[in-house]
Amino acid sequence: MIRPVLEVIDLCKSFPVRSPFGRLTGEVKAVNNVSFSIGRGKVYGLAGESGSGKSTIARMIMGLTPPTSGDILLDGEDIGSTGGSPAHRRKVQMVFQNPGSSLNPRRSVSQSITVPLHANGLPRADRARRVTELLDMVQLPASYAERYPHELSGGQKQRVAIARALAVAPKLLVLDEPTSALDVSVQAKVIDLLVDLGRQLDLTFLFISHDLSLMRNFAEKVGVLYLGSLVETGRTSVVFENPRHDYTRLLLASVPVVSAEEEAMRPRIPLIDGEIPTAEQLLALRKAGGGEA
Amino acid sequence: MSSALLSVRDLHVDFTTYNQTHKVLKGINLDIPPHSQIALVGESGSGKTVTMKAIMGLLRQPLARITAGEMYYDGRDLLTMPDKERVALRGTAMSMIFQDPMTSLNPVFTIGDQMRTILKYADRRLGRTRSARERKVRVLEVLGQVRMRDPERVFQSYPIMLSGGMRQRVLIAMALLSEPKLLIADEPGTALDVTTQAQILKLMKDLVEERGLALLMITHNLGVVRETCSYVYVMNKGVVVEHGSTADLFAAPQEDYTKALIAAVPRLTGETRFGTVEAMR
Repeated sequence: MIRPVLEVIDLCKSFPVRSPFGRLTGEVKAVNNVSFSIGRGKVYGLAGESGSGKSTIARMIMGLTPPTSGDILLDGEDIGSTGGSPAHRRKVQMVFQNPGSSLNPRRSVSQSITVPLHANGLPRADRARRVTELLDMVQLPASYAERYPHELSGGQKQRVAIARALAVAPKLLVLDEPTSALDVSVQAKVIDLLVDLGRQLDLTFLFISHDLSLMRNFAEKVGVLYLGSLVETGRTSVVFENPRHDYTRLLLASVPVVSAEEEAMRPRIPLIDGEIPTAEQLLALRKAGGGEA
Repeated sequence: MSSALLSVRDLHVDFTTYNQTHKVLKGINLDIPPHSQIALVGESGSGKTVTMKAIMGLLRQPLARITAGEMYYDGRDLLTMPDKERVALRGTAMSMIFQDPMTSLNPVFTIGDQMRTILKYADRRLGRTRSARERKVRVLEVLGQVRMRDPERVFQSYPIMLSGGMRQRVLIAMALLSEPKLLIADEPGTALDVTTQAQILKLMKDLVEERGLALLMITHNLGVVRETCSYVYVMNKGVVVEHGSTADLFAAPQEDYTKALIAAVPRLTGETRFGTVEAMR
Protein backbone atom coordinates (compact mmCIF):
# COMPACT_ATOMS: atom_id res chain seq x y z
CA MET A 1 0.00 0.00 0.00
CA ILE A 2 1.17 3.51 -0.78
CA ARG A 3 1.78 5.53 2.31
CA PRO A 4 -0.28 8.72 2.57
CA VAL A 5 1.64 11.99 2.66
CA LEU A 6 -0.24 13.18 5.71
CA GLU A 7 -1.89 11.09 8.35
CA VAL A 8 -3.66 12.69 11.28
CA ILE A 9 -4.67 10.27 14.01
CA ASP A 10 -6.95 11.09 16.94
CA LEU A 11 -5.70 14.65 17.07
CA CYS A 12 -6.83 16.69 20.08
CA LYS A 13 -6.08 20.17 21.22
CA SER A 14 -7.50 21.85 24.27
CA PHE A 15 -6.78 25.33 25.50
CA PRO A 16 -6.93 26.31 29.16
CA VAL A 17 -9.55 28.83 30.20
CA ARG A 18 -8.43 31.14 32.94
CA SER A 19 -10.24 33.54 35.20
CA PRO A 20 -9.15 37.21 35.07
CA PHE A 21 -6.77 36.44 37.95
CA GLY A 22 -5.07 33.58 36.13
CA ARG A 23 -6.74 30.70 37.92
CA LEU A 24 -7.45 27.70 35.74
CA THR A 25 -11.22 27.42 35.42
CA GLY A 26 -11.67 24.92 32.64
CA GLU A 27 -10.65 24.06 29.11
CA VAL A 28 -11.91 24.48 25.58
CA LYS A 29 -11.66 21.48 23.32
CA ALA A 30 -10.73 23.24 20.10
CA VAL A 31 -9.95 20.03 18.22
CA ASN A 32 -11.49 16.77 19.29
CA ASN A 33 -10.35 13.36 18.02
CA VAL A 34 -9.79 14.38 14.44
CA SER A 35 -8.44 11.73 12.07
CA PHE A 36 -7.91 11.90 8.33
CA SER A 37 -5.24 11.17 5.75
CA ILE A 38 -4.24 12.58 2.39
CA GLY A 39 -2.74 10.50 -0.39
CA ARG A 40 0.07 11.76 -2.62
CA GLY A 41 -1.03 14.37 -5.12
CA LYS A 42 -4.52 14.67 -3.64
CA VAL A 43 -6.45 17.67 -2.42
CA TYR A 44 -8.20 17.31 0.92
CA GLY A 45 -10.64 19.97 2.00
CA LEU A 46 -11.40 20.92 5.57
CA ALA A 47 -14.66 22.85 5.70
CA GLY A 48 -15.88 24.67 8.74
CA GLU A 49 -16.92 27.99 10.16
CA SER A 50 -15.08 30.21 12.60
CA GLY A 51 -14.40 28.38 15.82
CA SER A 52 -14.59 24.95 14.18
CA GLY A 53 -10.89 24.30 14.79
CA LYS A 54 -9.73 24.28 11.17
CA SER A 55 -6.95 26.80 11.70
CA THR A 56 -5.81 25.07 14.89
CA ILE A 57 -5.42 21.84 12.92
CA ALA A 58 -3.36 23.69 10.31
CA ARG A 59 -1.16 25.19 13.00
CA MET A 60 -0.54 21.77 14.53
CA ILE A 61 0.38 20.26 11.17
CA MET A 62 2.81 23.14 10.65
CA GLY A 63 4.32 22.51 14.06
CA LEU A 64 3.32 25.96 15.28
CA THR A 65 1.15 24.61 18.10
CA PRO A 66 1.85 21.34 19.91
CA PRO A 67 -1.12 18.94 19.98
CA THR A 68 -2.56 17.93 23.35
CA SER A 69 -2.73 14.34 22.18
CA GLY A 70 -2.78 12.35 18.98
CA ASP A 71 -0.31 11.89 16.14
CA ILE A 72 0.53 13.69 12.97
CA LEU A 73 2.46 11.54 10.50
CA LEU A 74 4.12 13.34 7.64
CA ASP A 75 5.44 10.89 5.07
CA GLY A 76 5.14 8.21 7.72
CA GLU A 77 7.20 10.14 10.24
CA ASP A 78 5.69 11.41 13.46
CA ILE A 79 6.21 15.13 13.62
CA GLY A 80 5.60 15.12 17.35
CA SER A 81 9.35 15.04 17.96
CA THR A 82 10.44 17.09 14.95
CA GLY A 83 7.65 19.67 14.96
CA GLY A 84 8.99 22.96 13.66
CA SER A 85 12.43 21.57 12.78
CA PRO A 86 14.03 22.48 9.42
CA ALA A 87 13.49 18.90 8.23
CA HIS A 88 9.80 19.18 9.02
CA ARG A 89 9.47 22.60 7.38
CA ARG A 90 11.05 21.27 4.20
CA LYS A 91 8.15 18.87 3.85
CA VAL A 92 5.25 21.16 4.62
CA GLN A 93 4.64 24.82 3.89
CA MET A 94 1.68 27.10 4.28
CA VAL A 95 -0.08 29.77 2.23
CA PHE A 96 -2.00 32.21 4.39
CA GLN A 97 -5.33 33.90 3.91
CA ASN A 98 -4.36 37.49 3.42
CA PRO A 99 -1.28 38.08 1.26
CA GLY A 100 -1.47 41.75 2.22
CA SER A 101 -0.38 40.88 5.73
CA SER A 102 1.57 37.66 5.21
CA LEU A 103 4.22 39.37 3.05
CA ASN A 104 6.68 41.67 4.77
CA PRO A 105 6.10 45.14 3.27
CA ARG A 106 9.75 46.04 3.75
CA ARG A 107 11.06 43.11 1.72
CA SER A 108 11.11 42.95 -2.03
CA VAL A 109 9.64 39.88 -3.70
CA SER A 110 13.08 38.32 -4.18
CA GLN A 111 14.02 38.99 -0.54
CA SER A 112 10.81 37.34 0.65
CA ILE A 113 11.39 34.28 -1.48
CA THR A 114 15.07 34.13 -0.55
CA VAL A 115 14.41 33.73 3.18
CA PRO A 116 13.37 30.07 2.97
CA LEU A 117 16.14 29.40 0.43
CA HIS A 118 18.67 30.79 2.87
CA ALA A 119 17.20 28.77 5.73
CA ASN A 120 17.39 25.72 3.51
CA GLY A 121 21.10 26.25 2.91
CA LEU A 122 21.01 26.97 -0.81
CA PRO A 123 24.33 28.51 -1.89
CA ARG A 124 24.12 32.26 -2.41
CA ALA A 125 25.15 31.96 -6.06
CA ASP A 126 22.13 29.80 -6.92
CA ARG A 127 19.52 31.86 -5.14
CA ALA A 128 18.76 34.44 -7.86
CA ARG A 129 18.27 31.67 -10.40
CA ARG A 130 15.94 29.81 -8.07
CA VAL A 131 13.90 32.98 -7.42
CA THR A 132 13.40 33.43 -11.16
CA GLU A 133 12.47 29.79 -11.50
CA LEU A 134 9.90 30.07 -8.70
CA LEU A 135 8.40 33.26 -10.12
CA ASP A 136 8.10 31.50 -13.45
CA MET A 137 6.29 28.62 -11.76
CA VAL A 138 3.64 31.02 -10.41
CA GLN A 139 3.50 32.77 -13.80
CA LEU A 140 5.01 36.08 -12.78
CA PRO A 141 7.67 37.79 -14.92
CA ALA A 142 11.22 37.69 -13.52
CA SER A 143 11.23 41.49 -13.37
CA TYR A 144 8.80 41.31 -10.45
CA ALA A 145 11.62 40.10 -8.20
CA GLU A 146 12.61 43.67 -7.39
CA ARG A 147 9.09 44.88 -6.66
CA TYR A 148 7.65 45.46 -3.21
CA PRO A 149 4.28 44.08 -2.06
CA HIS A 150 2.52 47.45 -2.34
CA GLU A 151 3.34 47.49 -6.05
CA LEU A 152 1.45 44.23 -6.62
CA SER A 153 -2.24 43.45 -6.93
CA GLY A 154 -3.92 41.04 -4.50
CA GLY A 155 -3.66 38.11 -6.90
CA GLN A 156 0.00 38.83 -7.64
CA LYS A 157 0.78 39.01 -3.92
CA GLN A 158 -0.84 35.63 -3.38
CA ARG A 159 1.26 34.22 -6.24
CA VAL A 160 4.38 35.50 -4.49
CA ALA A 161 3.20 33.86 -1.26
CA ILE A 162 2.76 30.59 -3.17
CA ALA A 163 6.24 30.94 -4.70
CA ARG A 164 7.68 31.49 -1.24
CA ALA A 165 5.93 28.40 0.08
CA LEU A 166 7.27 26.35 -2.86
CA ALA A 167 10.83 27.58 -2.37
CA VAL A 168 11.90 24.59 -0.27
CA ALA A 169 10.12 22.13 -2.59
CA PRO A 170 7.67 20.86 0.04
CA LYS A 171 5.51 17.78 -0.39
CA LEU A 172 2.48 19.16 1.37
CA LEU A 173 1.03 22.63 1.03
CA VAL A 174 -1.43 23.84 3.65
CA LEU A 175 -3.75 26.44 2.11
CA ASP A 176 -5.63 28.44 4.72
CA GLU A 177 -8.44 30.24 2.84
CA PRO A 178 -5.96 31.19 0.11
CA THR A 179 -8.44 33.09 -2.05
CA SER A 180 -10.98 34.55 0.36
CA ALA A 181 -9.42 38.03 0.04
CA LEU A 182 -9.52 37.97 -3.77
CA ASP A 183 -12.07 38.84 -6.47
CA VAL A 184 -13.81 35.87 -8.13
CA SER A 185 -11.96 36.20 -11.44
CA VAL A 186 -8.62 36.40 -9.62
CA GLN A 187 -9.64 33.53 -7.36
CA ALA A 188 -10.34 31.38 -10.42
CA LYS A 189 -6.87 32.06 -11.80
CA VAL A 190 -5.11 31.36 -8.51
CA ILE A 191 -6.98 28.07 -8.09
CA ASP A 192 -6.15 27.23 -11.69
CA LEU A 193 -2.48 27.84 -10.92
CA LEU A 194 -2.64 25.65 -7.81
CA VAL A 195 -4.21 22.81 -9.78
CA ASP A 196 -1.42 23.09 -12.39
CA LEU A 197 1.33 23.24 -9.79
CA GLY A 198 -0.14 20.27 -7.99
CA ARG A 199 0.12 18.22 -11.18
CA GLN A 200 3.57 19.44 -12.20
CA LEU A 201 5.22 19.09 -8.81
CA ASP A 202 3.24 16.15 -7.49
CA LEU A 203 2.08 18.32 -4.60
CA THR A 204 -0.41 17.34 -1.95
CA PHE A 205 -2.80 20.00 -0.64
CA LEU A 206 -4.67 20.50 2.58
CA PHE A 207 -7.26 23.09 1.63
CA ILE A 208 -8.96 24.91 4.48
CA SER A 209 -12.00 26.99 3.62
CA HIS A 210 -15.52 27.96 4.50
CA ASP A 211 -16.37 28.40 0.82
CA LEU A 212 -18.16 25.18 -0.01
CA SER A 213 -18.65 25.97 -3.69
CA LEU A 214 -14.93 26.42 -4.12
CA MET A 215 -14.22 23.27 -2.16
CA ARG A 216 -16.55 21.27 -4.36
CA ASN A 217 -14.43 22.20 -7.38
CA PHE A 218 -10.99 21.83 -5.88
CA ALA A 219 -10.93 19.09 -3.26
CA GLU A 220 -11.41 15.39 -4.02
CA LYS A 221 -12.21 14.54 -0.45
CA VAL A 222 -13.69 16.70 2.22
CA GLY A 223 -14.07 16.72 5.99
CA VAL A 224 -16.68 18.89 7.64
CA LEU A 225 -15.62 20.30 10.99
CA TYR A 226 -18.15 21.31 13.58
CA LEU A 227 -17.05 22.56 17.00
CA GLY A 228 -13.72 20.75 16.80
CA SER A 229 -14.95 17.39 15.52
CA LEU A 230 -15.13 15.94 12.04
CA VAL A 231 -18.82 15.25 11.61
CA GLU A 232 -18.74 14.04 8.05
CA THR A 233 -16.00 12.91 5.66
CA GLY A 234 -15.92 11.41 2.23
CA ARG A 235 -15.61 12.12 -1.47
CA THR A 236 -16.62 15.72 -2.07
CA SER A 237 -19.18 14.84 -4.72
CA VAL A 238 -20.83 12.29 -2.45
CA VAL A 239 -20.89 14.48 0.64
CA PHE A 240 -22.28 17.43 -1.31
CA GLU A 241 -24.92 15.50 -3.18
CA ASN A 242 -26.00 13.45 -0.25
CA PRO A 243 -25.11 15.18 3.00
CA ARG A 244 -25.89 13.01 6.00
CA HIS A 245 -25.07 15.18 8.96
CA ASP A 246 -27.48 17.97 9.91
CA TYR A 247 -24.68 20.49 10.15
CA THR A 248 -23.42 19.69 6.64
CA ARG A 249 -26.96 20.16 5.38
CA LEU A 250 -27.23 23.51 7.13
CA LEU A 251 -23.90 24.64 5.67
CA LEU A 252 -24.96 23.64 2.17
CA ALA A 253 -28.36 25.26 2.57
CA SER A 254 -26.65 28.54 3.48
CA VAL A 255 -24.46 28.86 0.38
CA PRO A 256 -25.58 31.65 -1.94
CA VAL A 257 -25.69 30.15 -5.44
CA VAL A 258 -25.84 31.45 -9.00
CA SER A 259 -27.83 28.83 -10.88
CA ALA A 260 -31.05 26.88 -10.70
CA GLU A 261 -29.18 23.55 -10.86
CA GLU A 262 -27.29 24.43 -7.69
CA GLU A 263 -30.45 25.59 -6.01
CA ALA A 264 -31.99 22.23 -6.74
CA MET A 265 -29.21 20.33 -4.99
CA ARG A 266 -29.19 22.59 -1.95
CA PRO A 267 -30.98 21.01 1.02
CA ARG A 268 -34.20 22.85 1.82
CA ILE A 269 -34.13 23.50 5.54
CA PRO A 270 -35.13 26.54 7.53
CA LEU A 271 -32.22 28.73 8.57
CA ILE A 272 -31.65 29.03 12.27
CA ASP A 273 -31.16 32.13 14.39
CA GLY A 274 -27.98 32.89 16.23
CA GLU A 275 -24.41 31.86 15.63
CA ILE A 276 -22.92 28.43 15.06
CA PRO A 277 -25.85 26.16 15.89
CA THR A 278 -25.93 24.07 19.01
CA ALA A 279 -26.68 20.38 18.90
CA GLU A 280 -30.21 21.11 20.15
CA GLN A 281 -30.84 23.55 17.33
CA LEU A 282 -29.67 21.00 14.79
CA LEU A 283 -32.01 18.44 16.29
CA ALA A 284 -34.89 20.91 16.24
CA LEU A 285 -34.14 21.60 12.59
CA ARG A 286 -34.42 17.97 11.74
CA LYS A 287 -37.74 17.73 13.57
CA ALA A 288 -38.98 20.84 11.75
CA GLY A 289 -39.03 18.81 8.58
CA GLY A 290 -35.39 19.10 7.67
CA GLY A 291 -35.72 15.94 5.66
CA GLU A 292 -35.12 12.27 5.82
CA ALA A 293 -31.59 12.29 7.22
CA MET B 1 -39.12 62.70 -14.22
CA SER B 2 -39.49 58.96 -14.00
CA SER B 3 -41.29 57.32 -11.12
CA ALA B 4 -38.07 55.98 -9.63
CA LEU B 5 -37.32 56.64 -5.97
CA LEU B 6 -33.72 57.26 -6.91
CA SER B 7 -32.43 57.86 -10.36
CA VAL B 8 -28.90 58.50 -11.48
CA ARG B 9 -28.32 59.92 -14.96
CA ASP B 10 -25.01 59.85 -16.79
CA LEU B 11 -22.94 60.27 -13.64
CA HIS B 12 -19.26 61.08 -14.14
CA VAL B 13 -16.80 61.22 -11.26
CA ASP B 14 -13.12 62.15 -11.51
CA PHE B 15 -10.46 61.68 -8.86
CA THR B 16 -7.49 63.99 -8.86
CA THR B 17 -4.23 62.80 -7.35
CA TYR B 18 -1.06 64.90 -7.59
CA ASN B 19 -1.31 66.09 -11.17
CA GLN B 20 -3.21 63.16 -12.61
CA THR B 21 -6.92 62.88 -13.15
CA HIS B 22 -8.57 59.48 -13.11
CA LYS B 23 -12.00 59.02 -14.60
CA VAL B 24 -13.54 56.66 -12.08
CA LEU B 25 -17.18 56.76 -13.15
CA LYS B 26 -17.87 57.22 -16.82
CA GLY B 27 -21.55 57.81 -17.23
CA ILE B 28 -23.53 55.68 -14.80
CA ASN B 29 -27.29 55.32 -15.26
CA LEU B 30 -29.27 53.72 -12.48
CA ASP B 31 -32.94 53.57 -11.52
CA ILE B 32 -34.28 52.39 -8.22
CA PRO B 33 -38.08 52.16 -8.19
CA PRO B 34 -39.84 52.20 -4.80
CA HIS B 35 -40.13 48.78 -3.09
CA SER B 36 -37.49 47.23 -5.34
CA GLN B 37 -34.38 45.23 -4.58
CA ILE B 38 -31.58 46.31 -6.83
CA ALA B 39 -28.01 45.01 -6.90
CA LEU B 40 -24.90 46.80 -8.04
CA VAL B 41 -22.32 44.12 -8.63
CA GLY B 42 -18.70 44.37 -9.67
CA GLU B 43 -15.17 43.47 -8.71
CA SER B 44 -12.79 45.68 -6.77
CA GLY B 45 -12.04 48.85 -8.67
CA SER B 46 -15.23 48.71 -10.73
CA GLY B 47 -16.60 51.90 -9.15
CA LYS B 48 -19.50 50.44 -7.21
CA THR B 49 -18.48 51.97 -3.91
CA VAL B 50 -17.83 55.36 -5.55
CA THR B 51 -21.33 55.23 -7.04
CA MET B 52 -22.75 54.50 -3.60
CA LYS B 53 -20.77 57.34 -2.04
CA ALA B 54 -21.92 59.75 -4.73
CA ILE B 55 -25.53 58.80 -4.02
CA MET B 56 -25.07 59.26 -0.28
CA GLY B 57 -23.14 62.50 -0.79
CA LEU B 58 -20.09 61.08 0.94
CA LEU B 59 -17.48 61.66 -1.77
CA ARG B 60 -14.53 63.51 -0.38
CA GLN B 61 -14.27 66.76 -2.26
CA PRO B 62 -12.25 68.27 -3.82
CA LEU B 63 -10.33 64.98 -4.27
CA ALA B 64 -13.33 63.53 -6.04
CA ARG B 65 -15.38 65.67 -8.36
CA ILE B 66 -18.73 64.99 -9.97
CA THR B 67 -18.03 66.38 -13.43
CA ALA B 68 -21.31 65.60 -15.11
CA GLY B 69 -24.64 63.92 -14.53
CA GLU B 70 -27.77 64.23 -12.46
CA MET B 71 -29.21 62.45 -9.44
CA TYR B 72 -32.79 62.62 -8.28
CA TYR B 73 -34.25 61.32 -5.07
CA ASP B 74 -38.04 61.29 -5.03
CA GLY B 75 -37.98 63.84 -7.83
CA ARG B 76 -35.66 66.20 -5.96
CA ASP B 77 -32.34 67.10 -7.52
CA LEU B 78 -29.61 65.88 -5.17
CA LEU B 79 -26.80 67.80 -6.80
CA THR B 80 -28.34 71.24 -6.71
CA MET B 81 -30.26 71.11 -3.45
CA PRO B 82 -28.88 73.17 -0.53
CA ASP B 83 -26.40 71.35 1.70
CA LYS B 84 -28.76 71.52 4.62
CA GLU B 85 -31.47 69.59 2.80
CA ARG B 86 -28.93 67.09 1.52
CA VAL B 87 -27.67 66.42 5.03
CA ALA B 88 -31.22 66.02 6.28
CA LEU B 89 -31.82 63.27 3.72
CA ARG B 90 -28.75 61.30 4.68
CA GLY B 91 -29.34 58.71 7.35
CA THR B 92 -33.06 59.46 7.35
CA ALA B 93 -34.65 59.03 3.94
CA MET B 94 -31.70 57.04 2.64
CA SER B 95 -29.74 54.95 5.09
CA MET B 96 -26.65 52.82 4.87
CA ILE B 97 -25.71 49.43 6.24
CA PHE B 98 -21.95 49.17 6.45
CA GLN B 99 -19.78 46.25 5.54
CA ASP B 100 -17.76 45.45 8.59
CA PRO B 101 -19.64 45.02 11.86
CA MET B 102 -16.33 44.78 13.70
CA THR B 103 -15.13 48.27 12.86
CA SER B 104 -18.23 50.34 12.28
CA LEU B 105 -19.34 50.30 15.90
CA ASN B 106 -17.63 52.40 18.55
CA PRO B 107 -16.10 50.00 21.10
CA VAL B 108 -16.36 52.37 24.08
CA PHE B 109 -20.09 53.11 23.97
CA THR B 110 -22.97 50.74 24.53
CA ILE B 111 -25.21 49.85 21.61
CA GLY B 112 -28.00 51.80 23.30
CA ASP B 113 -25.88 54.95 23.62
CA GLN B 114 -24.82 54.79 19.99
CA MET B 115 -28.30 54.20 18.67
CA ARG B 116 -29.87 56.91 20.84
CA THR B 117 -27.29 59.39 19.60
CA ILE B 118 -27.99 58.53 15.99
CA LEU B 119 -31.69 58.96 16.57
CA LYS B 120 -31.21 62.26 18.39
CA TYR B 121 -29.28 63.81 15.52
CA ALA B 122 -31.54 62.34 12.89
CA ASP B 123 -34.51 63.89 14.71
CA ARG B 124 -32.73 67.19 14.94
CA ARG B 125 -32.03 67.25 11.21
CA LEU B 126 -35.64 66.48 10.48
CA GLY B 127 -36.85 69.08 12.98
CA ARG B 128 -38.59 66.47 15.12
CA THR B 129 -38.50 66.34 18.89
CA ARG B 130 -38.56 63.23 20.99
CA SER B 131 -37.88 62.82 24.70
CA ALA B 132 -35.03 60.65 25.93
CA ARG B 133 -37.56 58.10 27.07
CA GLU B 134 -39.26 57.99 23.68
CA ARG B 135 -35.91 57.57 22.03
CA LYS B 136 -35.13 54.53 24.11
CA VAL B 137 -38.53 53.06 23.32
CA ARG B 138 -37.88 53.55 19.60
CA VAL B 139 -34.39 52.00 19.81
CA LEU B 140 -35.74 48.93 21.59
CA GLU B 141 -38.52 48.66 19.05
CA VAL B 142 -36.06 48.63 16.15
CA LEU B 143 -33.79 46.11 17.89
CA GLY B 144 -36.85 43.89 18.13
CA GLN B 145 -37.52 44.37 14.42
CA VAL B 146 -34.12 42.91 13.55
CA ARG B 147 -35.14 39.79 15.52
CA MET B 148 -33.04 40.34 18.59
CA ARG B 149 -34.37 37.98 21.21
CA ASP B 150 -33.54 40.25 24.13
CA PRO B 151 -33.44 43.90 22.95
CA GLU B 152 -32.94 45.22 26.49
CA ARG B 153 -29.76 43.22 26.94
CA VAL B 154 -28.39 44.25 23.54
CA PHE B 155 -29.22 47.87 24.39
CA GLN B 156 -26.95 47.68 27.41
CA SER B 157 -24.15 45.71 25.71
CA TYR B 158 -20.86 46.95 24.40
CA PRO B 159 -20.03 45.80 20.85
CA ILE B 160 -17.40 43.36 22.10
CA MET B 161 -20.08 41.48 24.03
CA LEU B 162 -21.95 40.63 20.83
CA SER B 163 -21.13 38.09 18.12
CA GLY B 164 -20.47 39.12 14.52
CA GLY B 165 -24.00 38.29 13.40
CA MET B 166 -25.53 40.27 16.29
CA ARG B 167 -23.33 43.24 15.46
CA GLN B 168 -24.40 43.10 11.84
CA ARG B 169 -28.02 43.15 13.02
CA VAL B 170 -27.27 46.18 15.17
CA LEU B 171 -25.96 47.94 12.04
CA ILE B 172 -29.17 47.07 10.22
CA ALA B 173 -31.19 48.35 13.18
CA MET B 174 -29.21 51.61 13.09
CA ALA B 175 -30.07 52.08 9.43
CA LEU B 176 -33.77 51.50 10.18
CA LEU B 177 -34.00 53.98 13.08
CA SER B 178 -35.40 56.89 11.10
CA GLU B 179 -37.65 54.87 8.86
CA PRO B 180 -35.78 55.35 5.59
CA LYS B 181 -37.34 54.64 2.21
CA LEU B 182 -34.07 53.57 0.64
CA LEU B 183 -31.57 51.22 2.25
CA ILE B 184 -28.10 51.03 0.81
CA ALA B 185 -26.15 47.96 1.89
CA ASP B 186 -22.42 47.78 1.22
CA GLU B 187 -21.29 44.14 1.11
CA PRO B 188 -23.45 43.08 4.05
CA GLY B 189 -22.42 39.84 5.67
CA THR B 190 -19.15 39.32 3.81
CA ALA B 191 -17.25 39.37 7.10
CA LEU B 192 -19.48 36.64 8.51
CA ASP B 193 -19.68 32.86 8.39
CA VAL B 194 -21.88 31.30 5.70
CA THR B 195 -24.69 30.24 7.99
CA THR B 196 -24.73 33.67 9.66
CA GLN B 197 -24.56 35.42 6.31
CA ALA B 198 -27.54 33.44 5.10
CA GLN B 199 -29.54 34.58 8.15
CA ILE B 200 -28.56 38.22 7.67
CA LEU B 201 -29.54 38.16 4.01
CA LYS B 202 -32.86 36.59 4.83
CA LEU B 203 -33.45 39.17 7.55
CA MET B 204 -32.72 42.02 5.16
CA LYS B 205 -34.97 40.58 2.54
CA ASP B 206 -37.82 40.12 5.05
CA LEU B 207 -37.40 43.62 6.44
CA VAL B 208 -37.36 45.21 3.00
CA GLU B 209 -40.52 43.36 2.04
CA GLU B 210 -42.35 43.95 5.34
CA ARG B 211 -41.62 47.65 5.46
CA GLY B 212 -41.91 48.35 1.76
CA LEU B 213 -38.37 49.71 1.47
CA ALA B 214 -36.19 49.96 -1.57
CA LEU B 215 -32.83 48.21 -1.32
CA LEU B 216 -29.63 48.95 -3.17
CA MET B 217 -27.21 46.12 -2.53
CA ILE B 218 -23.58 46.72 -3.35
CA THR B 219 -21.62 43.50 -3.57
CA HIS B 220 -19.04 41.46 -5.42
CA ASN B 221 -20.80 38.20 -4.60
CA LEU B 222 -23.04 37.02 -7.42
CA GLY B 223 -24.66 34.39 -5.22
CA VAL B 224 -25.79 37.09 -2.79
CA VAL B 225 -27.26 39.06 -5.69
CA ARG B 226 -29.25 36.13 -6.89
CA GLU B 227 -30.59 35.39 -3.40
CA THR B 228 -31.72 38.89 -2.51
CA CYS B 229 -32.30 41.12 -5.51
CA SER B 230 -34.72 41.20 -8.41
CA TYR B 231 -32.75 43.50 -10.71
CA VAL B 232 -28.99 43.74 -11.30
CA TYR B 233 -26.55 46.29 -12.63
CA VAL B 234 -23.13 44.84 -13.49
CA MET B 235 -20.27 47.33 -13.29
CA ASN B 236 -16.75 47.16 -14.66
CA LYS B 237 -14.16 49.91 -14.90
CA GLY B 238 -16.54 52.73 -14.19
CA VAL B 239 -19.36 51.80 -16.53
CA VAL B 240 -22.49 49.68 -16.26
CA VAL B 241 -21.76 46.89 -18.71
CA GLU B 242 -25.10 45.16 -18.43
CA HIS B 243 -28.32 45.37 -16.48
CA GLY B 244 -31.47 43.34 -16.34
CA SER B 245 -33.74 41.27 -14.15
CA THR B 246 -31.83 38.80 -11.99
CA ALA B 247 -33.49 35.79 -13.57
CA ASP B 248 -32.68 36.88 -17.15
CA LEU B 249 -29.18 38.07 -16.43
CA PHE B 250 -28.12 34.89 -14.69
CA ALA B 251 -29.84 32.62 -17.20
CA ALA B 252 -28.59 34.40 -20.32
CA PRO B 253 -25.89 37.02 -19.78
CA GLN B 254 -25.32 39.08 -22.94
CA GLU B 255 -21.97 40.78 -22.43
CA ASP B 256 -18.64 38.95 -22.42
CA TYR B 257 -17.68 40.48 -19.10
CA THR B 258 -20.84 39.28 -17.38
CA LYS B 259 -20.46 35.83 -18.92
CA ALA B 260 -16.87 35.56 -17.68
CA LEU B 261 -17.82 36.87 -14.23
CA ILE B 262 -20.57 34.29 -13.84
CA ALA B 263 -18.34 31.55 -15.24
CA ALA B 264 -15.67 32.35 -12.63
CA VAL B 265 -17.99 31.60 -9.73
CA PRO B 266 -17.33 28.09 -8.38
CA ARG B 267 -20.45 25.94 -8.60
CA LEU B 268 -21.83 23.80 -5.86
CA THR B 269 -22.58 21.21 -8.53
CA GLY B 270 -18.87 20.97 -9.24
CA GLU B 271 -18.61 21.63 -12.95
CA THR B 272 -16.60 24.84 -12.79
CA ARG B 273 -13.75 24.94 -15.27
CA PHE B 274 -11.26 27.37 -13.86
CA GLY B 275 -9.30 27.69 -17.08
CA THR B 276 -12.09 29.54 -18.89
CA VAL B 277 -11.83 32.98 -17.37
CA GLU B 278 -9.06 34.43 -19.50
CA ALA B 279 -11.51 36.78 -21.20
CA MET B 280 -11.53 39.09 -18.19
CA ARG B 281 -9.47 42.28 -17.65
